Amino acid sequence: MKKKWANILILVAVVLISAVPLLLIHGKEGEIFQGSDDQGTDMITKIRPDYKPWFHSLWTPPSDEVESLLFSLQAGLGAGVIGYYFGLRRGQARKGTQAASHASD
Amino acid sequence: MHIMEGYLPVAHCIAWGAASAPFVALGIRRVQRTMKSHPQTKLLLGAAGAYAFVLSALKMPSVTGSCSHPTGIGLGAVLFGPLTMTVLGTIVLIFQAILLAHGGLTTLGANVFSMAIVGSFVAYGIYKLGRRLNMPLWLSVFLAASISDLATYATTAVQLAWAFPDPTSGFLGAATKFMVIYAVTQVPLAISEGLLTVLVMNMLTSYSRSELVELTVLPQEVKS
Repeated sequence: MKKKWANILILVAVVLISAVPLLLIHGKEGEIFQGSDDQGTDMITKIRPDYKPWFHSLWTPPSDEVESLLFSLQAGLGAGVIGYYFGLRRGQARKGTQAASHASD
Repeated sequence: MHIMEGYLPVAHCIAWGAASAPFVALGIRRVQRTMKSHPQTKLLLGAAGAYAFVLSALKMPSVTGSCSHPTGIGLGAVLFGPLTMTVLGTIVLIFQAILLAHGGLTTLGANVFSMAIVGSFVAYGIYKLGRRLNMPLWLSVFLAASISDLATYATTAVQLAWAFPDPTSGFLGAATKFMVIYAVTQVPLAISEGLLTVLVMNMLTSYSRSELVELTVLPQEVKS
């Protein structure tokens, strides 16, 4: 029971850690909440303006929509596997305790 | 932590690739051995890989006003050891490089090194240290996952500073600039990753005790 409350508190904390910056930090669209990977790439071109990437991705998602589709797919597939795993184990654990309580009847 | 395709000089790409390859090769052997000796943990291995898959897809806002993503490496490294997690992390990076144009094939060696190798070994080392110091399981797991996350981003910053030293302030100047972008942004996300990993570990200790005992995360229970 104690663990259940700890888990709920953890979820609330994780949501707050992401939500608070969204509420507190304001700026121009397109300048704020950029990806750190893109900022890193920008910094490279700032330090070495002459640097040209010597290889390009074989395939790039044709639009932001397609890219977000693939990212959601990645998260969705992963979440599905984790959900399946815990669903299975929880069912097995419950069956185990039921069998144990039947045995003790 | 993804260095984009083509954004490392050729010599660096080759060097990081050469540094990472033996870890991945040893890791593949380790995975095969684990599958043979602990076949009951196959499903959990899949779930640990899935965890890295989910977390590395989540780009979360940070207090620095930019976004970044956790790595999800810590959980698997604690459960299965660093070499196994090196393999799973590499799979995630290849997926992102090919399908999402996030990261790249030329920079794969460098990205594998920062996320799948440094991330895994730091997580495992911190976890073992915490247990040796008799820290509770949750605290060891929290520190392992969050410090592993930070270490990955710090490694990326050093890799980029090494390849692109600042013309006036040199390696250290560039390292500071990249650390501000990568490591500082990552602090709140590392805390989130630590907390989420504790959450998953809590669920594992509730529903998957036998697997945790099998992997010696939990001690053998004494039958009373």
